[in-house]
Amino acid sequence: MTLTLENTKENAQRINPQLFGLWIALASITMMFGGFTSAYIVKQAAGNWYNFAIPSYFYVSTVLIILSSLALQYSYNSFVNGEESKYKISLVLSFVLGVIFLVCQYFGWMALYHQGIDLKLNVSSSFLYLIMWAHAAHVIGGLSALIVAMIHAFTLKFKPTVKRKNRYQLVLHYWHYLTILWLVIFGFILFVK
Amino acid sequence: MSNINVTTYPEDKIFEESGYDDHFYEHHHGDKYQSSFIGHYIFSMDHKMISKQFLITGIFWAIIGAAMSVIFRLQLGFPEESLAWLKPILGKWIVVNDAGIGKLAPEFYYALVTMHGTILVFFVLTAGLSGTFSNLLIPLQIGARDMASPFLNMLSYWFFFLAGVVMFLSLFVSTGPFAGGWTAYPPLSALPQASSGSGTGMTLWIVSLAFFVVSVLLGGINYVTTVLNLRTKGMTMWRMPLTIWALFITAIIGILSFPVLLSGFFMLMFDRGLGTSFYLNDIFIGGEALDRVGGSPILYQHLFWFLGHPEVYIIILPAMGMVSEVLAVHSRKPIFGYRAMAYSIMAIAFLSFIVWAHHMFMSGLNPFISNFFVVFTLIIAVPSAVKVFNWITTLYGGNIRMVTASLFAIGFVSMFISGGLTGIYLGNSTIDIQMHDTYFVVAHFHIVMGVAAFFGMFAGIYHWFPKMYGRFMNETLGRIHFWGTLICAYAIFWPMHYIGLAGVPRRYYDFSTFDAFKHFEDLNKFITIAAIIAFGLQILFVVNFFYSIFKGKKLTTRNPWHANTLEWTTPIEHLHGNWPGNLPVVYRWAYDYNKDDREYVPQHIKLNENEVDNH
Repeated sequence: MTLTLENTKENAQRINPQLFGLWIALASITMMFGGFTSAYIVKQAAGNWYNFAIPSYFYVSTVLIILSSLALQYSYNSFVNGEESKYKISLVLSFVLGVIFLVCQYFGWMALYHQGIDLKLNVSSSFLYLIMWAHAAHVIGGLSALIVAMIHAFTLKFKPTVKRKNRYQLVLHYWHYLTILWLVIFGFILFVK
Repeated sequence: MSNINVTTYPEDKIFEESGYDDHFYEHHHGDKYQSSFIGHYIFSMDHKMISKQFLITGIFWAIIGAAMSVIFRLQLGFPEESLAWLKPILGKWIVVNDAGIGKLAPEFYYALVTMHGTILVFFVLTAGLSGTFSNLLIPLQIGARDMASPFLNMLSYWFFFLAGVVMFLSLFVSTGPFAGGWTAYPPLSALPQASSGSGTGMTLWIVSLAFFVVSVLLGGINYVTTVLNLRTKGMTMWRMPLTIWALFITAIIGILSFPVLLSGFFMLMFDRGLGTSFYLNDIFIGGEALDRVGGSPILYQHLFWFLGHPEVYIIILPAMGMVSEVLAVHSRKPIFGYRAMAYSIMAIAFLSFIVWAHHMFMSGLNPFISNFFVVFTLIIAVPSAVKVFNWITTLYGGNIRMVTASLFAIGFVSMFISGGLTGIYLGNSTIDIQMHDTYFVVAHFHIVMGVAAFFGMFAGIYHWFPKMYGRFMNETLGRIHFWGTLICAYAIFWPMHYIGLAGVPRRYYDFSTFDAFKHFEDLNKFITIAAIIAFGLQILFVVNFFYSIFKGKKLTTRNPWHANTLEWTTPIEHLHGNWPGNLPVVYRWAYDYNKDDREYVPQHIKLNENEVDNH
């Protein structure tokens, strides 16, 4: 991580409080998903549990959300280095990939549904939808943050100040978190059987 | 603002000369900040105003919750008496027969018990206690201008308010509020057709609590961030007052446990609305089998108590922190074992996460797993005993000022011992099999987390009222409030241990038809009378509180208790940013009382030459 901008002495001493607050919020979200996955494991161990094949759409969406995260990191680095066009283009790219991720998730759910695996079939399918929907709801929140970032990118004059860098960092960290969260969830669904 | 205080305070000079200039007043938010009525009193982003909002909303809910308990105590103590006089308030929930005898509707009795628990646990002792004092004390005692995010702080209050509005509405729906117990176990909570309160009442209950969780999380994120990032120069973690340690750890517990409750609630919402069966299996309603199979109601209990047990420490830790501070200030002695106090708060917080299943010994839990939870539950007695020992040792040999605040703090220690000891009984799974769901449990948790937490809260209110409103509360009324409440609290809950040991189950509407229980009739009458008197005494407190806001004895000096912490160096008149000029710089811990022939040495006083810093 580059910290090249004009850091004042006080800023250098402590982490940006808003970023710190975001991390605490992420810990809280992690606990919520921890609640779901723990319940999943406990219920699975209790029996009456169906296993089924995971549609290939979800592999595609996994690739998409990783690419989206990488694009946003590239955009952030470009912002810090003062490269305006790279910053804007990769920000939009990241957003578009994020939207396609959600669309792909939707196709994945429809594929499950057409196999006869609906929300009510078994507790296992209920969990599958619940956890993925909860993730998708957080992605929608992340996309809203990206929209705000794009509004800033295209309406404000390009100027990489500390304040704007810090604000952009919040979006970046949240978006990376959602990618990691999806990887954990997807790995969990694939391997905890 | 007409009577400008002309007293000059030495600390102002100190801050001017050697304070920490954070350039706060160079930005343009000094003059016009929240000068309109709405910005100042309603959508305020100032932590001191938000603290008052939390407190007064908490008082509102406490009155409702306590009034409910008086009504169901009337039913238990005087089952034969007519309650027709309550008809104007309770309407159709009082059923009047041909002879003019009014009876409390049994389903409403359950609704009252449920709402009493929900309101007191969440709205009063969580939001009203840690919401109030985290907001008031965190920025003031660590030397910060405000919270890290004043906006999120404001949202935290308004989500709490919204939760309150929704819960309040549920009291008035025609099918009644939720009536399946404050823990909302499925299937009563999962099937709208299960009972009359399980329909709209439960929907409103769960929506309200979802808002409440959001409020706790927004507040908690702010409290933790503020404590870790916005401490003034010299305020190291080991110089923080114990109030801040307690409120800080409380916020961490809340952040880690409330989201798990939310997960449980989401699954409950799916079961209620979308036809899933996370918690449902083999249910028969009206002789018909439902097609909802495969789930387990025990799963909900695990998720609920994973919050539920840390929740009791969310309630009691702020009270412990405030009691530590109040006892040190009023016995004019350093708190005994400062670091042990902080470490035991951390130990209690850690243990609180691995004991939840002691609420579920009777749910069919594997007895070998029970052993694990028994051991960790009993280990909590160790840090708790450390704290009790330190409080008593702090008092020992002190020059104790018997003001209302210190009386309540001492009362807290008494209650915490009485209630804590019965916790050791109940923590043993073998004894719990006998005691489970009896009045012994009711007595235990009411004393240890109900009355004790209230005593801590009262100690805090009487102690910091001058900081909040610039006036004192009436001492005479305060002492009547304390002694009356102390006596009534023991009069209510001591006999409950006895009838609990005799096997009398909780949540029953009427004991007069049971041969085994009906001879406790007089004892139940006694408890009810004590409860009514206790309720009257709390009304006395509320009167004192509101009267003192407007007419109480005025504060003439900034530091009326001669305390060391930073909040007493701020002007009596609240101002945005807390300190008029530079921020104070801290040179010592908060407990230099009677050190080197000086009665008290506030935290912003530099060390003398040759003086040894206690930390």
